[in-house]
Amino acid sequence: MIYARRYGGKCGMKRRDIFYSALGLLVVWQVAAVLVNRPILPGPWQVLLVFFEELRHGLLIHFGVSLWRATAGMALSVLVAAPLGLIIGGSKNLDRIFSPIIYLLYPIPKVVFVPIVFLFLGIGDVAKIAIIFLILFFQILVLVRDQAAGLPPQLLQSLRSLGAGRRALFRFVYLPASLPAILTALRQSIGTTVAVLYITELFATKYGLGYYIYYNGSTLFDYPAMYAGVIAMSLLGLGMYFLVDWLERWLCPWKYVS
Amino acid sequence: MIYTHDLTFGYPHHAPLFQDFNWQVQRGEMWAILGSSGCGKTSLLYLLAGLHVPTSGRIEIDGESLLRPRPRTGLILQDYGLLPWATVRQNAELGLQVRDFYGPDGKHTPKNFQAENKVPYWLERLGLSAVADKFPTQLSGGQRQRTAIARTLAVQPDLLLMDEPFSSLDAVTREDLQNLTLSLCKEQNLTLVMVTHAIEEAAALGQKILLLDTAPNQATRIFDNPQAGQPDYRSSQAYHDLCQTLWREMRHETA
Repeated sequence: MIYARRYGGKCGMKRRDIFYSALGLLVVWQVAAVLVNRPILPGPWQVLLVFFEELRHGLLIHFGVSLWRATAGMALSVLVAAPLGLIIGGSKNLDRIFSPIIYLLYPIPKVVFVPIVFLFLGIGDVAKIAIIFLILFFQILVLVRDQAAGLPPQLLQSLRSLGAGRRALFRFVYLPASLPAILTALRQSIGTTVAVLYITELFATKYGLGYYIYYNGSTLFDYPAMYAGVIAMSLLGLGMYFLVDWLERWLCPWKYVS
Repeated sequence: MIYTHDLTFGYPHHAPLFQDFNWQVQRGEMWAILGSSGCGKTSLLYLLAGLHVPTSGRIEIDGESLLRPRPRTGLILQDYGLLPWATVRQNAELGLQVRDFYGPDGKHTPKNFQAENKVPYWLERLGLSAVADKFPTQLSGGQRQRTAIARTLAVQPDLLLMDEPFSSLDAVTREDLQNLTLSLCKEQNLTLVMVTHAIEEAAALGQKILLLDTAPNQATRIFDNPQAGQPDYRSSQAYHDLCQTLWREMRHETA
């Protein structure tokens, strides 16, 4: 928001800055490659060529599979955690019951559940999606609950005085109020989601960017292809980040006015 | 129009604010409830709005016992209660949307409610047309309160409850909105109950002034002020005398 205000709210300005930053990173990478001068660090130009070449030879499928797992995990967590957060945050009694449980479970790094989830759900897509779900679930639950519980009482009383009962309060206040919380939770969790996705894709799968990176790096020793996978995974995270950013601008325009 | 019968109310683990409190308001009257902090004036307004439930006794509005918020009562608060994510127009339409959501069930919406979108009229009338597509954060305090008024009037209330609606506004805006409220109440034949801690506001707006004591309130102390709302009343001797009297009474209470 501060960013948007500082640059007159122009998205184009932000994009140009990002472009120059990316260019700067590529220059640093190139300099490092020249200095290291070993096959384990190919230059960006070589990697980009391989990247586009690999897109036609399977990388796109790996990207698609990873994207599917991440999106499914995210969608599932929003669909389950957001209504739960709304219900808990909207009721003082439920909040009293569930808050201690959430307090205990929230700080546990969910990545430690990876082996347990694999034991229970097998090693297919379901387990991978479930792990992403677990990580996002608590983030969204807590942020949506806090948002719902923190709504100004005047807002609720005004609505109630206009005739709104519980159902209308959910429809006209709690639901729209939870949107920014959901998007904030997603934005905060994208980094962890992609990192955990990578870990889960190291196990018993032949598809996904995690598998692709590991297979090319550790089995085939095809370092340019490995880096192409790293680029694809970065683009996946960046793409999701931009998507959430765009969704917020589209769904919450009131946050971007001065 | 409003009757309180032996009304008793207090918050849990606190002394009651009202004890066997009897009071009545006739249709079309303009009341100001005046009192110092903690006397229970806002609680009384919330009781009338159906947002608080009496500990004992009952409140009757328009011949019916008040058990929940009444669809034809409009409530306007100091903090406006606007949805931050909705534009002025959307905020003003909110009451109608709530009514549309339930349909005329007699509980949330009056049974005979004629869905008529008067929002454009009220936006125009209250000088909000130019900012209709702006969000509350982009408005001045006066414009926000006008939006809250537009939202309330759009659902065609017959009773307007206001809780210190103008206390956070600057003096000029405050007087403008006080005058607007007076003319709208007369024009729409609204019954007005306004809570305030400002003596001048109570004297300027309240044709009847209910002065609340330190809790628990039992007897009603009412000051008649029939000239309130008339042009130039604020500069008259009667107005200044009433302010003096109210000031002495309030000081006496808290002493």
